[in-house]
Formats: sequence, C-alpha cells, structure tokens
Amino acid sequence: MLLDLRHLSKSFDTAEGVVRVLNDVSLTLAAGQSLALTGESGAGKSTLLHLVAGLERADAGQILINGQDLTGLDDAGLAQIRRKSIGLVFQQFNLIPALTIAENLAFQARLAGRHDPSWIAHLSRTLGLEPLLARYPEEISGGQQQRVAVGRALALKPDLILADEPTGNLDEENAQIVLALFLDLLAESGAGLLMVTHSARIAAQLGAQQHLQRGTIAP
Amino acid sequence: MNAKLAFLLCLTFCAHPLFAQGFAGMGQAVEGFAQVDRTNKLVFPQDHGAHPAYRIEWWYLTANLRDEEGQDLGVQWTVFRNATRPADGPQEAWDDGQIWLGHAAVTWADRHVHAERYARGATGQAGADLRENQLRVWMDDWQLQSLDMAPGSDPLAEISLTARGADFAYDLTLAATGPLVLHGEAGFSIKSESAQASYYFSQPFFEVEGTISLTDGVHKVTGHAWLDREWSSQPLAADQSGWDWVSLHFDTGEKLMGFALRSTDGSRFTSATWIEADGTPTAYGNGALRMTPMELHEVAGRSVPVGWNIQLPARGLDITTTALNPDAWMAGSIPYWEGPIRATGSHRAQGYLEMTGY
Amino acid sequence: MRGDAIAATLAAVLGHWRRHPMQLFALIAGLALATALWSGVQALNAEARSSYARAAGLLGQDQFDRILRTDGRPMDIAVFRTLRQSGYLVSPVIEGRLGSGPNALRLLGIDPLTLPVPALPETLQDGTLNVNDFLLEGRVLMSEATLARGLPPDLTPSVESRLMAATLDPNLATGLVIGDVATIARFLGHDGATALIAAAQQPLGLPPITDWIALRDEVVLQRAETSGDLERLTDSFHLNLTAFGFLAFAVGLFITHATIGLAFEQRRATIRSLRAMGVPLRPLILLLAGELGLLALVAGGLGLALGYGLAASLLPEVSASLQGLYGADIDSTLGFDPIWAVTALAMSLGGALIAGASALWRMAQLPILQSATPNAWGRASAQLRRLQGGIGVALLGLALGVALFGQGLILGFAGLAALLLGSALILPVFLATVLRIIANQTRDAYVHWIFADMRLSLPALSLSLMALLLALSTNIGVSTMVGSFRDTFTGWLDQRLASEMYLTTATPEQAAAVTAFLEPRVAAILPFALIETRFGGLPAQLHGLIDHATYRDHWPFLEAADQAWSDMATGQGVVINEQLARRDGYRLGDLFAVTPNLTLPILGIYSDYGNPEGQAIIGLSLFQSLFPDTPILRFALRTDPNRVTELAAEITAATGLSPQSMINQTAVKDISLRVFEQTFQVTYALNALTLGVAGFAIFTSLLTLSDMRLVQIAPIWAAGQRRRILAGTEMLRILAFALFCSLFALPVGFALAHFLLAIINVEAFGWRLPMSVFPTDLLKLGAMALCAAGISAIWPAWKLARLSPHRLLGLFAHER
Repeated sequence: MLLDLRHLSKSFDTAEGVVRVLNDVSLTLAAGQSLALTGESGAGKSTLLHLVAGLERADAGQILINGQDLTGLDDAGLAQIRRKSIGLVFQQFNLIPALTIAENLAFQARLAGRHDPSWIAHLSRTLGLEPLLARYPEEISGGQQQRVAVGRALALKPDLILADEPTGNLDEENAQIVLALFLDLLAESGAGLLMVTHSARIAAQLGAQQHLQRGTIAP
Repeated sequence: MNAKLAFLLCLTFCAHPLFAQGFAGMGQAVEGFAQVDRTNKLVFPQDHGAHPAYRIEWWYLTANLRDEEGQDLGVQWTVFRNATRPADGPQEAWDDGQIWLGHAAVTWADRHVHAERYARGATGQAGADLRENQLRVWMDDWQLQSLDMAPGSDPLAEISLTARGADFAYDLTLAATGPLVLHGEAGFSIKSESAQASYYFSQPFFEVEGTISLTDGVHKVTGHAWLDREWSSQPLAADQSGWDWVSLHFDTGEKLMGFALRSTDGSRFTSATWIEADGTPTAYGNGALRMTPMELHEVAGRSVPVGWNIQLPARGLDITTTALNPDAWMAGSIPYWEGPIRATGSHRAQGYLEMTGY
Repeated sequence: MRGDAIAATLAAVLGHWRRHPMQLFALIAGLALATALWSGVQALNAEARSSYARAAGLLGQDQFDRILRTDGRPMDIAVFRTLRQSGYLVSPVIEGRLGSGPNALRLLGIDPLTLPVPALPETLQDGTLNVNDFLLEGRVLMSEATLARGLPPDLTPSVESRLMAATLDPNLATGLVIGDVATIARFLGHDGATALIAAAQQPLGLPPITDWIALRDEVVLQRAETSGDLERLTDSFHLNLTAFGFLAFAVGLFITHATIGLAFEQRRATIRSLRAMGVPLRPLILLLAGELGLLALVAGGLGLALGYGLAASLLPEVSASLQGLYGADIDSTLGFDPIWAVTALAMSLGGALIAGASALWRMAQLPILQSATPNAWGRASAQLRRLQGGIGVALLGLALGVALFGQGLILGFAGLAALLLGSALILPVFLATVLRIIANQTRDAYVHWIFADMRLSLPALSLSLMALLLALSTNIGVSTMVGSFRDTFTGWLDQRLASEMYLTTATPEQAAAVTAFLEPRVAAILPFALIETRFGGLPAQLHGLIDHATYRDHWPFLEAADQAWSDMATGQGVVINEQLARRDGYRLGDLFAVTPNLTLPILGIYSDYGNPEGQAIIGLSLFQSLFPDTPILRFALRTDPNRVTELAAEITAATGLSPQSMINQTAVKDISLRVFEQTFQVTYALNALTLGVAGFAIFTSLLTLSDMRLVQIAPIWAAGQRRRILAGTEMLRILAFALFCSLFALPVGFALAHFLLAIINVEAFGWRLPMSVFPTDLLKLGAMALCAAGISAIWPAWKLARLSPHRLLGLFAHER
C-alpha cells in the first residue's frame, strides 16, 4: 500500500480554545492510484495533507508511506521522506523566486539526487513551459506558475504527489487545462495522488473520492 | 591747586573705566613717600624736572590763541605722573612704580577735540627728564621740550610743545616773557584748613606761535600760554565733591589764578594768586576770592556752570566770565569741563576754566 | 476630507507601524544615529573653533594688527618705546608657558594702560576685576576649569599663591592665565614682548604704520585675522572629523532609506485601497510626508541627545589631540549652542526627506489599479543597475584622476568621496556578478539556490551592504594610515633621536659645569642650540648642530647632497625639514634665506614627522656667529643606553641639574608615541562607531526583510529542507555577504589609505608617508566585520529556526 492512514487525530490551540480538526481518520491509497479528498472549508482536508507531507505532526494515529511509519521519524527523517518520496503542489507560492523556471522544475529532483533531464524536458514540453524556461516565477502568469508547480512535483518522479487545491487560484478554463495535463502526466509517471479540493467536478475526475466532514471521513 | 591734586588721584584711580571701582588706598596716607615741607625752598632748574619721591606731579599747560582768520581758540596739554609705590621700590622692565597720564585738547567756539593717553614709566613711553638745563616731558610723541640749548639757560625760556590725537595735532613754540611765579609761601601752597599742601609754581608769561592740524587742514596760531607745575604726596580729603579753577590773562598784563573747592556740605575753600605784570605774586587765602555760578549749560547730560561771577574785592575785581565753547567737555576716562573763557566787567581778560565733579 | 475621514485614513496609514514596530524602531534609530554622529562631530568642531575664536578675540587679534619680530623671538621694549615715541598707538603682549606636564599654563601678559579697550578681557571691562588689583597687585585671570584641573607641579610658592588668588573669568580657555604685562614678565622671568598690538585708528598726520615696519627688517606686521596660525594648523584635523561625521551620516541615511522604502512598499496595498475608496492622492501624500517629518523630528531629538553625549565623551580626547599636535588649548567641557541643535534637527529632517523622497515620489506615481507585489521592490531593474554601475565607474575614474593629478586638501577629500561613493555604487554590480558566477559553477541544487537567492535579495540588502563597505574601507584606510604612520614614526624616532640622552641646562655656567662633569664619563657630548623664528612669515625653528657620526650616519634624509651633513656643519649650507620644503616649494640645491642677511644652499631635506612647523639646521658655529646672544644650553649624549638612569642621577648629584632637565631617549619616544596615539584615538572611536552603525544597518535590513524571506524559503522547506538548515543558511548568506564586502573593501581601503597618506596628509601636515600593510590588522578587521554581520543575523535566523510550520503553511493556502 502506498499510503495507509490509521486513526489520525489532530487538534490546534486557537483563541477560541482547542479545536479538534481531525478525529480518527483512516484511509488508504494504492500505488499509481488517485484519491480526491473533498469537504467544506475547515473540514480538515489541508491539515490531513500537511500531516501526510510531514509538514506537521499528528496527535495520534499512524501514517505509513510504502509501509514506513512517519509518526516515529524526527525532523530530518521527515524532511528526507518529503525530499525523496513526495511531490507537493499548493494553491500558491509553490515556486522559488530566486530560481528560473528551468531551475525550479529541476530543483527538487536535483535535491533528491534523481535528476532526469529527458523526463524534465518531456514535462516542460507537455506542459507548454519551453518558452518560459529562462524566466523567473514573478514574470509568468498564475496559470503558468501552477503548471510549473505540477511539473516540479512530477520531475522528482515521486511515489506520492500531494496537491492542495492546485487549481484553486485559477479560472475554470485554466483550471481544467492544468488538471488535465496533471492527470495525464501523473499516469505517465506512475505516482499516486492525494488531492485536496472542494470542487466536486474536479474530484469526479480522480480515481476515488473521500469526503471529510468536521474532521472525520464521511461514510 | 588742591583741586588738581585731588583730580589727578581720582583721575588715575577712579576714572578710567578700568579704575571705576575706586582706589583702595585713597583714604589712607601712604607710607614711604616724601612729604611737602614749608621750610623747603624750590630750587631751579632742578625743580622743573620730575620728583618721583612724591606721589603725584603734573605739567599742565593751557593757551589762549587766535588763528589766522581771527578766531579765538584754546589749547590744553597735560602730563600727570603718579607713583604707585615709593621710589625706592623695585625697578623692573615693565614696572618702576610710576604711571603717567596725558590729556590734550584744542577748543574753538564751534569745535572741541581731545585725546587721552596712559603709560607706565618703566618702558620710557612717558617721562620727564632734566639734563643740563634741558627739560623734556613726554607722553608718546607728545612733548614739552626746552629749545634754548645754551648752557645755564632757563629750561622754560623757550619750549616746543606737541601733541596728537585721532583728529588733531599741534606743534607750538612758546617763549617766556616773564619770570616764574611761586604760589602760596614761595611755592609752598596751603590748600585747606587741615594743613594739606603742595609745591606749586607757574610760568604764566608764555607767548605762543605755531600750527594746529585738523582733519580739514593746518591753522597758524598765536597767543598766550600758562604752565602750572605742582607736586605732592597728600591724598584727597574725603568730603570734597569737585572744584572750579580759573586762570586769567588781563589786558593790563596782570594775571590771576584762583580756585574754589566744593565740599559735600556745601561749603567752599577758595584760594587765589594775583600776579603783577612784572610777575610779582600776591597770595590770597580762603574766602578772599568769591566765585558765583551765573549761567548753567547742558553738556553730556549734565548741568555745568559755564558762566561765572568772580570777585576779588582786595583788588577791586568784579568780572563775569563766558565760555568760548560751552561744550568744551573732556569726555575721557573721567569726564570734566575744561576750556578757554573771556571775562568782562571791572577787568577784561582771556583765560581758562576747569570744572570737575558735575 | 472630513474629520472622521481623515481619522480613518490616519488609522489605516499609521496602523502599519503598530504591526511593524521593528521597522519603526529601525527608522528612528537610523535617523537618530545619523543625526547623532553628524551633530556630535559638529559639536566637537564648534567647541574647538569657539575656543580658537575666543583665543583670537580675547587679544583682539581678530580686530587689531600685530607687530612681531621677523625671527619670532621676543621683542625688546625699545621697539615698543620707539613706536610710541613716533606717535603710533601700540600695546605690548607677553606670552609664554609656565610649568610642565598636562596642566602646564599658557601665560598672557597685557598692558591695560595702552591696550585698545575692545581688546581688554571682559572681566576688566565690566569691573569684575578691579584694574588696580590687576595692574598694581599682580592679580591674574583664569577660568574655574583651569583652577579645578590643578596647577602644574613645578611652580615656585610665590607664583602658585598668585595663581591661587586668581580672579575667575568664565570666558578664558582652560589653561590660559592673563595678567598685567609686568606680572607675567615676573612669572616668566623674561621681559621681551611677544608682539605689539596696533590700534585700529592711529593718530592724525602719521605715515601708515606699515611704512615704519617696511623700513625695518627685524619686524613684520601680522594682519588682524579671525583665524590665527592655530586655526590654519588645526583646519585639517577638523576637516578630518567633518569627513568622518559626514560618512557616518551617509551610513545612517542608508538605514533610513532602506526602512522608509520598505515601509512604503508594504503600505502600497493600503494606499491603493484608500485611493480606490476615494481618498484623494494629494492629502494622502501630504499625510505620508507629515508622518515622515514627525518621525524625523523625534529621531532628530534623540540624535541630538546622543550626539551631545558622544561629543561630550570624545571631547577630552579631541582636546588632548589638539593640545598634543598643535599646542591648541581647547576647553574640555562642552557648551550647548541652540544653533547647533537647530542644525542637527534640520539635518535629520533633510535626511528623512532625502531618504523618503523617492518612496514618496513613487507613491505619487502609482496607478490605482497596479497590483501590489512586494517582490517588485526587491528586484531593481537591470537598467537601473546598469546606470548605477555606470555612475560608480565614472566616480572611480574621477577618484583615479584626483589621485594621479590632484592637489589640495579640498580636492583630496573630493577624490576620497568619489572613491567611496563610486565603490559603494558598483558594489551591487560586483556582488551580482560574483554570485552569478558562483551559482553557475555549482552543481548542487541547494547551494545553487543559496547563491541565486543571495543575488535576488541583493537589491534589498545592497544599501546596508554599501554601508558595511564604507565602514570597512574607512577602517582599512584609516588603520593602514595609522599603522603606516606608527611604523614610519618609530623607525624615524630611532634615527632622529639616536642619542641616548638629552639635557637642557639653565645657564651657560651650568652648561660648562655639566659638560666638564660629563667629559670623562660619556662617549660623546653633542651640543646644540635652537631659536624660534619665522620662515616665509610662518613660525619655524632654526637649529645649530655639529658634525658627528651620530648625525652623519642616522639623520633621516629624504634626499641629500653628498657629504650633506659635514658640509652643513661647516657652514656651507643648510638642511631643512620636509614640511618647510613642501610649504615653500624648496628643492635640493635651492638657496634658502636663513636670516634676512644670510642665504645658503639647501644640502638636504629630512623627514620630520609630527612637527607642524618648518625647521632648518645650520652648523653650530655659524649659528653662534649669527645669534651670539643665544647660549648653547642643550646637549645630546652618546653613552651606554643601560647607564642612562644611573648617569642622570650622577649628573644631578654632581651639578644640581634637575631630573626634569634630562630626558632619556626612551622617554622621548614614549612621549612622542603617546601624543601620536592620542591624536588618533578619536579616529579609532569614530571607526568603531561606523562599523557598529553598518552592523546595525544589516540587522535592520534583515529584520524588515524577514517576512518577505518566508516566500523565498517556504517552497524550499516544503521541498524537503529542514528549518534548522534553512536558518543556518540564512546565517551563512549574511556571512558570505560580509566576506565578499570585506574582500571588496580591501582595494577600496588601500586606495583610501593612498589618498590619506599621499595626498591629504601632505596637504594637511606637510609630509608624505610610505604605506605599510598590516595583514593581522586586516584579518582582525575581517573577523570583526563577520562578527558584526553574524551578530546582526542571529536574531532573524533564530526566528526562522523557531518559526512554526503554520506560518509557512499559511503561505500556501488560506484554508487549513
């Protein structure tokens, strides 16, 4: 099993007191499969994603990626999993301002020591990024930026891609184009995808859906 | 001439803006100076020179002159010597215990210019020198100097007199046409009831010619002059507030010296010397001379009696004086009035008037 | 706008500072520091200048001409007498020094009987001191500070009691005693007048006093002047201080400019919204300008207080320097001048205006609907960068031109300014190039990112880096100068003061007794004589020395004819110091007027560091024939250096010569070096301050940038880099910047040192120094720069390491 979440719980201290964001959540995702995680705002979708990415720690429960339990790992271990096994696509600010588009695309792959120039060339061709390679992130549009973000996550050839509303900042048309490219290339790379979205239409295009409601998986 | 004695002391030590705080030793007799003595006789030519053993001394010359245009004018030339300590004290390069003061002025009816100088004797900036009958009294380039170089001659027989200020200079030649006049008892001049005295003699018989330079040109002048010489060591009485002094050349060739010393209680001490045309003096003690203010004039913010009635009944003298220039104010470090006058009445005269303490 | 609209707008605009208190602090601190350093230096200069003016005005030197002896020696009273008897109004002045040690007194004797009243001390004019006491009782005047610091130790009891009874005059400089000319002559033990003061208006009918002087070779007329020799001498020192003050002000403005720029950029969104809601542009700009003015006033007030404190704490060292270098007496207590305070506030306002003008202008030009991208601020356009680089290169060219062809103090400083400004301007270009090269050479993705990111943050940091560069270059330049000076100076002292011991006797009889005693006991007795004189109208010394191997072999000639020393000693020529040669343009072989009647060829020119005055040396026998009245009272002794202390004791026992009259060479060197060290104390202090300010500039830049840094860092973190490593990287970035700056500062600093040594020093002091490089000093400085940068980066890096993932994640999405 690529991803196996068991009884995850997570609370935050807020000004209004302790808020339980995730409550005993369990789900699985097989290699090469895609899963959409839907839910209302504040349902805990992003938190779940952040826990899987090792960006935050769960209060209780286990996260197994390819059988390896994240909950026992230290900061360095988590960073390594993230670097080597996980591609992340966020709603905004995915890119590194200091680097060109070409450098951004290759960055994580090189960091992980898995730089495959022909695969990246393929990605940038497919994503229509070739004319933009020498530019800096702030010089291209939001839709282009998200394509780069998708390309960068795939460039790593990770086992798992975690995406948090990757098209949330785009208009409908652009969103559809980016999503289509994403799913095509995902299939090509063989990576699994866990995507957080509040759009039922997007969720419908993925292999499976789960609905989160007030911190628990809806039946 | 007690008046000038007091004047000098005060001038030197109270008057200069520097000295305005008064002289601490003023009220006390200072030990170590030579004292005036009735039994001493004046000896000439020696007594023309300086007497450093005495505390104060002056050469005081006033002249009534007329310029080439017939305008009357007066000239004043004064050098005072003041000892700050007895003469046997240390003689240093900058301090020999002698401080000198000079005043010079020229007064027309419509113009009055004057200058003031100070000097320390040690530097030779001022002094009085008598060598082989040659007298030289100087303050900077101001000089009173014997011209008759013949051995044994009278140092005052013929003298040159120069002075210079910011806006005037004069160069006069004076020739004596009469003898020296000794005031009081053969030069021992009693000045008050309390036995203060000085040595006092005059040469009132000078005929003058020379030039006076002003910023607008040079004027030739002629006329009469009067030299006073006096020295003493006795300090001023505490109750004296000022004095009025006069010297007169009568048309008859006779002359008069007189003064009135004003006390704070309103009383006056007067003294006079009547001088015959041949120089024979007669001294008159306190009360013989009467001086009455007749005409007040505003000058330098003060009210000064520039016109006087002067009576000496013993000589049938009853005259009224008027100032050539009522604004003859000596606005130096101590301000006073000094200028040429004319007199009419029982006698006609020219002369000089000095008034202090107004 | 209506009142509540204004209030609402104000709240919206000013709210920024509540959310960014660190920015507010940086803005005020930057301006306050700039104002403090500038105004502090100005206060020091003003205090010194007013001391000179008091010294000059006191004697009426600023109103009255003075007559001096051509050779600078005391004037016989006969000159005074002659002038007075010629009718001229002149007044004698006697000057001299009394006592030894730091509390030595400067004595001034005046003649109140002849001195023009405006030249009299006020205490005498207003009657605080009775002139009779002054004239007849020997009462003197001095300031309370002089009395409070203590009298010199070696006074006779009678002089000491006179001084203790002095009347206090608050207007007098510390160390100055005024008395009657007779009183001061008594204290000094000699009668000659130093000068005669001539009244402004001379009596009617005299030829001009200049005619009288023109007929006499032995006297000269010194015109009334507001600045005496002293001010001329000390001008360069003050120019130095002013340059430092200005540099510090510039560094402070860098901080302010960066902060204001950032604050305005961050408020763009607010401003845009306000304008979109109908707030007109003009009141908005006025509001921002007013806010800036208010902040500037607050900062200026703080700076004023700081500057006053700085000046007050540096003043003793400045006084010591000026005293040591030029013998100028400066009060060591600081006065307060309202004009100075107003100027300082104006500087603060002006500084804020300069720093904020571009931000305000850009704000005024901003279209309402342009998107507010904070990043745009960070990336200066390539065009602007090229322009900046071009100006920098032009300025460096100008500096090079000055270095090659320039002469004169002002031009020297102008070249120096061009050098520093030009270097600062090309620094970002230099760094961008270096960073690009390194980034392109790197294979590792993370390291590549580090350098690429450094290059991206360059525009935001460049102002503080320029400040660091200026501080570092100045440090390198000045410490190289000081080090070169010390190096040359100690070497020169060894040569110049080759004799082991120096004695000064009081009378020819004592001189005879001492030499008779020493004859069998030392290797050589080298008699010498000197007089104070004037060459070319300026103060100078003339020495008479003999021929001896000590001089022949050691005298530090810069250039000399063959046998220069021997020929000079036999009266065939003269040797002069570098100062005199440079001042009056003498070259080897030129003829030099030793006295108005004697002209000799120049056989050699020697270095004479630390001496502000000209100096010439002739053979002792020639000296004696020229100045028969000047006895030979001074001797240099060659003997076993280890026996000097013993020998001194023996001389005292045998001849009664006081120990103070004997100086051993080590003591002379110590004294000389101490004077020198004190001179540069102020420089050191200001150096340290500018480095501190530069460190602070980096700190504030980093703090204000830290929010923006998150955007750069979050994706890296998300891509699998740990926060601790990222924080460490932040630190390293700053250290790398500091290192690059230090490297760049090296050539700039050396160029600066060249300016100081070869141009400014020559103009200001009259000598040129060879440049020595001190690697350990440079390493120390580099370490200091890295420390300053490192310290400034600790807090931002620590903040980053402790940053909650929440803050980072918040960037990626608004939803949890």
